[in-house]
Amino acid sequence: MSPKAPIRKPAKDVEGRLVGLAEHVIECARTNKEPAFHIPVRALSNVEFSKSRRIIELKKAKTERQLLSLSTAKKFMQTMLVGDALSVLQREGLSRSLREIYYRTKHTIEGSNENTFDGQEESDPIIEDLEVTLEALREELHVRAEAAGSLVGPMTIVDDGDTIDCARLGKGGYSVPSIVEPHDVHIKKCTADFVLLIEKGTQWNALNEDKFWKRFNCVLLTGNGQPPRGVRRFARRMHDEYKLPVYVLVDNDPWGYYIYSVIKQGSINLAFESMRMAIPDAKFIGLSSRDPQSHGLPRNVGIKLNDKDIARARELKGYPWFQKKEWQLEIDFMLKSGLKYELDSLANKDFRYLTTDYLPKKLKDKDWLD
Amino acid sequence: MRVTAEQLATQQREISVAEFFTKNRHLLGFDNPRKALLTTVKEAVDNSLDACEEAGILPSIRVKIEVVAGRDGATLPPAQADRFIITVTDNGPGIVKEQVPRIFAKLLYGSKFHRLRQSRGQQGIGISAAGMYGQLTTGKPVRVISRTSPGRAAHSFAIQINTQKNEPVVLEDNKIEDWEHPQGTQVSIELEGRYQRGRASVEEYLELTAVANPHIELFYETPEGNLIHHKRGVEVLPRPPKEIKPHPYGIEFGMFLKMLQDTKAKLLGVFLSSDFSRVSANAAGEICKEAKLSANARPRDVVGAAAEKLFSCLQNAKLMAPPTDCLSPIGEEAILAGLYKQIRGEFYTAVTRSPQVYRGNPFIIEVGLAFGNDPKLKKEEPEEPAAPLAEGESADGEDDVQLARLMRYANRVPLLYQQSACCTFQSVVETAWKLYGMSQSRGAMPQGPLVVFVHMASSWVPFTSESKEAIADYDAIRKEIKLGIQEAGRRLGKYIRKREHAKDEWKRRNIFALYIGEVAEACGRLKKGSISVDRLKKQLLQMAEERTGGEETDRILRKQREEEERREHTIVVTPSGAEGAIPKLLATEAPPADGAAPAMTTEPGAPDAAPAVQASLFPDVAPESKAKRKNKKAARAPGAVESRTSRLTKSQPTLFGKDAEQIKKEKPKSNKKPGRGK
Repeated sequence: MSPKAPIRKPAKDVEGRLVGLAEHVIECARTNKEPAFHIPVRALSNVEFSKSRRIIELKKAKTERQLLSLSTAKKFMQTMLVGDALSVLQREGLSRSLREIYYRTKHTIEGSNENTFDGQEESDPIIEDLEVTLEALREELHVRAEAAGSLVGPMTIVDDGDTIDCARLGKGGYSVPSIVEPHDVHIKKCTADFVLLIEKGTQWNALNEDKFWKRFNCVLLTGNGQPPRGVRRFARRMHDEYKLPVYVLVDNDPWGYYIYSVIKQGSINLAFESMRMAIPDAKFIGLSSRDPQSHGLPRNVGIKLNDKDIARARELKGYPWFQKKEWQLEIDFMLKSGLKYELDSLANKDFRYLTTDYLPKKLKDKDWLD
Repeated sequence: MRVTAEQLATQQREISVAEFFTKNRHLLGFDNPRKALLTTVKEAVDNSLDACEEAGILPSIRVKIEVVAGRDGATLPPAQADRFIITVTDNGPGIVKEQVPRIFAKLLYGSKFHRLRQSRGQQGIGISAAGMYGQLTTGKPVRVISRTSPGRAAHSFAIQINTQKNEPVVLEDNKIEDWEHPQGTQVSIELEGRYQRGRASVEEYLELTAVANPHIELFYETPEGNLIHHKRGVEVLPRPPKEIKPHPYGIEFGMFLKMLQDTKAKLLGVFLSSDFSRVSANAAGEICKEAKLSANARPRDVVGAAAEKLFSCLQNAKLMAPPTDCLSPIGEEAILAGLYKQIRGEFYTAVTRSPQVYRGNPFIIEVGLAFGNDPKLKKEEPEEPAAPLAEGESADGEDDVQLARLMRYANRVPLLYQQSACCTFQSVVETAWKLYGMSQSRGAMPQGPLVVFVHMASSWVPFTSESKEAIADYDAIRKEIKLGIQEAGRRLGKYIRKREHAKDEWKRRNIFALYIGEVAEACGRLKKGSISVDRLKKQLLQMAEERTGGEETDRILRKQREEEERREHTIVVTPSGAEGAIPKLLATEAPPADGAAPAMTTEPGAPDAAPAVQASLFPDVAPESKAKRKNKKAARAPGAVESRTSRLTKSQPTLFGKDAEQIKKEKPKSNKKPGRGK
């Protein structure tokens, strides 16, 4: 049995940490030192794959954000504004979206016609910066992302006081919110045998319509592409709390591989969140580059790898968490064939091929990659 | 039924030149009514300018376009009218009475075709074709008044062309004793046309002419009744170009045969050395020897295979490139003067390249750049309240991309049509403007408030067609244009970089002040008002001042400005005034002379309310005081232009060292034939 995924303690006194930003500036002004924040670098160069814990972790490198430097002055000012807005959320017990925080902090700087923020793409990274710097999670900062996940299966949850039977939600399923901590979403009962996490909403729909989860007693979960934090965290909770194995079903292309690896080990950008989101025991059930052959998919439903795909595949091959022999072979096989396949292409065999043949066979043969 | 040769013969007859052009008017630029109007003005103005310059007179030209009333007596607004009278008056040498009919009503008659010399017109078709077009569309004759000196009477003519015989028919011939002008020529043509403003309009043509010919004065009476006045920028006539003999490398075999027959030389050796440039008596002897012909043979006797052999020997002989002192470039000062007086900008520069040769023809490329918006204009605009920018809006407020404007010239004549087919356009587009601080999309003109001026002066400009709208694409020409643009571009780049640097410094010091306010206030809110925001702000500002220079930066900036080197042939306009090589004539006045163009637009500007310069020729314009004129004459820089031209002659020797083989191989890139030989 592999070591258990580590559990993180919740952050305390988030508001105090935010006010700490102001105290730093005031102290620097008093002692005539240049105000500067030290923000952990969120890049490949500053993450490492922990072999013992099997997750991607942040290293120690930090970047200095100074008030009195031409290149970082604006970001410093923006950090203070976002910190101020987040402290309001804490004080008033509200949670708001990234976009609302952008609007809240946007105004014209007095004495000029320059905006504090020109677009949301400027404020989002500042929030992530504060998450890492203050070691507080997005939920703990009371910031919500969009709910972009769906779930269906034999389980009952209590969300905001409402008891929801996820087996009786029709074609739409339960919409997974972005904050799914036990305090917000309580899993009351779960009788499923495993979790199937599907990349594409369309395939999730098909599986739900075919009542795949009933026949195989599982939870169907999708994040519509790269799964958002809520979906990842919820899968992790089912894995932790009910010991459910998690199987990942993605398109056969480099981006599919990466989605799987983010679920399993965590992402580079949010490496500081790996501890509570990564599922090191998750398995890659498909689509594997060998599947088209073993399932008799004709070559003409493949799509030629473009230059970007090839570059990305080579990049993946170099990541430390893809160094297992079977993964190197898997990626090589794709590069050699020069083709990628969508999950949807299984429809070429039969509309129900995924539910009646492909997945049952995979599960029966335990045909997956770790 | 088959037709016999005899029957065919009855239908075969000579076609007169005039008849041919009646049916092929597009060849001469009369494709449509709009273009016809412009071409007529252009031909008349070009003729006037050539005549004035040849006679050593500073040209003063008046162009008038009037709407002709319809049969019912009603006059349509200019934009809807289809019949106009164009009248062009000059202060030139006039034309002797006997020549007037032939010049204005006989195609292919003139002084320019047989001479290899840089001039605006080349073939002697222009003005008579315009007259014929008028006659064709309205049935009205060309009216001409000419006076050769104040002592003589003026003559007024009404002339038509006999299109069958290509001969003039004089309908009226009157003496006018009291013509208002002491000397000059006036031509009036009534024609069917279409009047339009904007691109490729008469207005634009005259504006462009004024830019490249700052020594002329132009009055334009528009059909709306406005008067546009382009003032003179320099009081120095361009150096008259010299006539040259053809260079052997630029001659074709048929032409060579004709020269053999027509020459006045009695001996073959003398023919070669006297009828061609760069063939010495020695070289002529060697060429004859090579062709196995006697240098004493009669040129007329050299025919057939012998002529062919001689021609190829002549082509293979190592000869010097043709002389280039026959060219008369505009000159850097004059280009600067032209751009400065017509275009409002903040930076001007001009480059005159040294002469080069294509296919045996010498040429000179000149490039000018005008950049930016007049800082004075900016200042006058009311300060807009700083409206906060919404998402997706750009800080400049200018969302549409403004492309640079290209002004093309051949022998001082603006080219208005077929820009993309022109060698100058290709060269501008192929230049990497990003190196000079401009942005540019692939295969397009650079973006921004920029005017690119390109002039080619040559004894024979290779046009892509007879209507003379685009310069053919020869490697040698394109290379020269690019080199010229690069030289001017480097100066522009230097200026732009300097400007950006100053901006950065300013920004650097303001940025902290702006952001510190925000930071201090955020701190105050985070601390729930328990601290003094003002004190925090003051502390931080003081820190910023200490760390980022403050007075130190001021000192460095001032020093830089003092050290700024004097630029050659550039003008920089700042809100406090213009610096650099400002033309003397314009130095005392504000650069945007009334009637001159506003910044960078094709709109030639507001009508001139009170034209103020030199008006002896045109009584309806307020005459200038004599004292002021004298002052101007005194103020002009004598020899400014002359000294530049003399520099050109000095640069010859390097040119002559050029390998003859290389010159010969140049062929146009496009498969279109250049204008020559048609």
